[in-house]
Amino acid sequence: MSLALLLALPFVGSVAAALLPTNARNTAATWTTAVALACVVQFGLMFPEVRDGGVLRQSFHWVPDMGLEFSIRMDGFAWMFAMLISGIGTLVAVYARYYMSPADPVPRFFSLFLAFMGAMQGIVLSGNLIQLVFFWELTSLFSFLLIGYWHHRSDARRGARMALVVTGTGGLCLFAGVLLLGRIVGSYDLDAVLGAREVIHSHPLYPPMLVLVLLGALTKSAQFPFQFWLPRAMAAPTPVSAYLHSATMVKAGVFLLARLWPVLAQSELWFWVVTGAGALSLLLAAYAAMFQNDLKRLLAYSTISHLGLITLLLGLNSELAAVAAVFHIMNHATFKASLFMAAGVIDHETGTRDIRRLDGLYKVMPITGTLALVASAAMAGVPLLNGFLSKEMFFSETVYLSSYPWVELALPLIATLAGIFAVVYALRFSFDIFFGPLSTDLPREPHEPARWMRVPIELLVLACLVVGVAPAWSVGAFLDAAALPVVGGTLPEFSLAVWHGFNAPFAMSLVAMAGGIAGYLLLAPLLESGRLRRVPIMDRFDGRRLFDRSLVALGALSRGGVRVAGTRRLQMQLLWVVVACLVAAFAALQGHGVGWGDRPRVPASLEFVLLWSIGIACAIGAAVQAKFHRLAALMMMAVAGLVVCLTFAWFSAPDLALTQLAVEVVTTVLFLLGLRWLPKRIPEAVRHPTLRDRARRGRDLAIALAAGGGLAALSYAMLTRLAPQSISPFFLSHALPEGGGTNVVNVMLVDFRSLDTLGEITVLGAVALAVYALLRRFRPPRESVEAPRQQRVLPADLKTDLVNPRTAPDTALGYLVVPAVLSRLILPIAGLVAVHLFMRGHNQPGGGFVAGLVVAIALIAQYMVAGTLWVEQRMNPHPVRWIAAGLALAVLTGLGALAWGYPFLTTHTAHVALPLVGEVHVPSAILFDIGVFAAVIGATLLILIALAHQSIRATRKPATAEAGGG
Amino acid sequence: MELVMSAAIGVLGGCGVWLVLRPRTFQVVMGLSLMSYAVNLFIFSMGSLSIDAEPIIVPGVPPDLAHYTDPMPQALVLTAIVIGFAMTALFLVVLLASRGLTGTDHVDGAEDPDDAPPGAAVAIDTTPAADREHA
Repeated sequence: MSLALLLALPFVGSVAAALLPTNARNTAATWTTAVALACVVQFGLMFPEVRDGGVLRQSFHWVPDMGLEFSIRMDGFAWMFAMLISGIGTLVAVYARYYMSPADPVPRFFSLFLAFMGAMQGIVLSGNLIQLVFFWELTSLFSFLLIGYWHHRSDARRGARMALVVTGTGGLCLFAGVLLLGRIVGSYDLDAVLGAREVIHSHPLYPPMLVLVLLGALTKSAQFPFQFWLPRAMAAPTPVSAYLHSATMVKAGVFLLARLWPVLAQSELWFWVVTGAGALSLLLAAYAAMFQNDLKRLLAYSTISHLGLITLLLGLNSELAAVAAVFHIMNHATFKASLFMAAGVIDHETGTRDIRRLDGLYKVMPITGTLALVASAAMAGVPLLNGFLSKEMFFSETVYLSSYPWVELALPLIATLAGIFAVVYALRFSFDIFFGPLSTDLPREPHEPARWMRVPIELLVLACLVVGVAPAWSVGAFLDAAALPVVGGTLPEFSLAVWHGFNAPFAMSLVAMAGGIAGYLLLAPLLESGRLRRVPIMDRFDGRRLFDRSLVALGALSRGGVRVAGTRRLQMQLLWVVVACLVAAFAALQGHGVGWGDRPRVPASLEFVLLWSIGIACAIGAAVQAKFHRLAALMMMAVAGLVVCLTFAWFSAPDLALTQLAVEVVTTVLFLLGLRWLPKRIPEAVRHPTLRDRARRGRDLAIALAAGGGLAALSYAMLTRLAPQSISPFFLSHALPEGGGTNVVNVMLVDFRSLDTLGEITVLGAVALAVYALLRRFRPPRESVEAPRQQRVLPADLKTDLVNPRTAPDTALGYLVVPAVLSRLILPIAGLVAVHLFMRGHNQPGGGFVAGLVVAIALIAQYMVAGTLWVEQRMNPHPVRWIAAGLALAVLTGLGALAWGYPFLTTHTAHVALPLVGEVHVPSAILFDIGVFAAVIGATLLILIALAHQSIRATRKPATAEAGGG
Repeated sequence: MELVMSAAIGVLGGCGVWLVLRPRTFQVVMGLSLMSYAVNLFIFSMGSLSIDAEPIIVPGVPPDLAHYTDPMPQALVLTAIVIGFAMTALFLVVLLASRGLTGTDHVDGAEDPDDAPPGAAVAIDTTPAADREHA
């Protein structure tokens, strides 16, 4: 299987798992295990190719213009991580099957789990830094969802949010750092970066870049001072914790440190920051872990401490230390995963995780007890277990380090002290809960867990043992392969032996053991009796409080900002939009002025001046009357629209004039239908304008005058100048030979710019559907529910032609006889006109838009004069089908070009010889235009009919019926 | 002609801006329509004002702007006219729905608290304010 497929597999699996039914616990678990196992096997088979410094690569074009490739790159180190991620992923998936309750939506869990696994693999297999950051943020996101899996619990939500904020912010810092790094190197490609050590170190941007990258890594690995999010993430289901703490998430941070170690390390800054954060985390977290009473919290602090150990090793700028770090990454993953699973088993079977309540469990769960004892011994660094080996390497690194004298003294001390603490908390985790008299007041009767719940733990503990007893035989080759890329070329001399003789590191181990046992004996009674509730000294320095306070402060700040600078009032928002446009426009004129050009003027004609005198008067009239006299305003606006239409015709734009005319008709009908449901505003009922109102209107008037004046000046300036450069001649010269039509505007719409047109009819269809949906739930205002006044004044028994349209079987019976007959007569003629307009559209003014509008107008005329019921008894126009057919036809025409190997929407003109007619040019654009035609009919009809239907719907009670109560 | 044209664009645009800044929904919709007239004319006139120019390709006439009207602004405006219609329809229906739900035709869905006249008989829905909040 190729690397790309392997990388995609968990994501595909995630989508598949998400589609399973909510109660499919077994299917989801089996599926997840199978996917993870497939990854393990495939990665496993690739080992020979990466073992001696080999690198597997695969890349795809991503954004080639920016030099970005989506590249997958696997060397020995990435291989080791990929194996850890998929291997422990498999075990956790098996374990989670038994841990998760059938009542939980388990497929969601497994879906998120697989996606998280995929994101983690994305990080380690990235051959490009931008891509790495992308997957990095993806892990933050999926871990957020996993930690908050039980989203009904507030601690889960809070813990998830904290994790997301801390690691997400760190990810942004990392992104900034990576951008700087890419700028320094000149490429984001990992191979290029790894080969540019000298350039990076000598660059002036090295310190800020390093700090940003380290912020990303340290937040992810929960290193001091960002460690506080990890214990709160304990609200996650235990399988998630087991996975997050062992092979993924926190390991991503140290992965990055190790990945970039060959190019970023070996500097003073690196040493102080990385070693400092590592040492503090190692010591303080181990110290805090001793005082925890919750099994999982104890393990969480121990994770921080062990990650601190790895970070510290990477910070020492020594190749041997880097090898030790890689080794400890592997060891920590195995024992920490098994410990979390054991904690989960204990929690699952006893109902509590409180160390003070748990005692003597060995009697009832001997197998789990043995496993937990061995695993915690590995955590404490007991000989013959894997934890011991890497810890010895660490001790010897601290002893043989050459640095400042005080550092040489302090580091071994810190290491030993942390070792003592580790023994104490390991004893608390194991000895404390398994030995002694059996607790009697547990929420559940404890017993051994299901067989397969234990298997993952057994395998992991077996690994701890095998590695601890025969390290060189079991992991030697893997460690060599993994450590080689980290140190960058040549491995230092080291030996993976269990016994190195009695030396300083071994002495430190002995001290740690003895001190740890003594410490445990001192501390246990204090904790057991509940006299020590908080972590001494450390408790006051809690990052969480700082975090919470800064979140609250940020929230208050942004609320204040919204209060000061924001408004929910539309008028103010529009005002500022207009003012901003004005300011921008006038600012652009600074220093230039508008200036009129000297293009020869077109002589004015009296008719045109008269025409626009009417147009201008109507526009102003519409503006004045729109408040109280809507109908009048609408009329005047329509006149202004007609003047615009005539202007188009005047200046040689027949297509525009046609379309404007048709749209004007449809818009007016639309408004008339709508006004029926908009209650009148009565001028007398409105209070007298105050001074404030007048000031506001004055301000708006000034702005309107400025905007209008500016527009006029601008267009005059443009009109009087020549615009020598234009792409129009291209269209003029190509319309006939390549578009196959002489009407350039139409050819542009259906051929050159057909993608625009496709977008446009899509918008039209979407708007029509939105209108339809809005009107389905429409509740007209009470005032407008009753029949209009004109219909109400008639007594019910009056013999008249003016029949109420709600009760009349056919409105064409009464006073609308003549229009009804005419409109029915016009229907076929309108159809003919539409076909004519459509057919000639490619070569003469016309086209799909106008033709569609003409059909829609003819149909809506039937609705208007005959009434909705009458029309729909005789035909149903099915506007939605028109829209669908039109869009489908347009898209299919476009796709047809693909079938012949041309880009989407390429047109082709066929020459067909018909009998009698002769040779005919049939461009494929005509099919596209039919699509436009159908979509326009459908959308226009749907909008208008939806409005028209309001009058025949059952509506709520009229206002008068409730007037007494209201 | 240029003067008339730019005056027309200016007046349409100015009226549009004035209406858009008004508090009543119908005024705003009308304002947007007027503004779209102004903008369409503005874009159209970028192609220069040519009276009696040929809009349709005639064989033998050299294909340049001296002999034809400019097709590009026309194609742009044609699209704009249809989209403008769609937007007007949507705004109109939103306006209606808002009037039905909130009982007022104020653009904010509630009468401006500063402007509420004491005991004035403005045609206001009698729905309690709390209901209106959730509508």
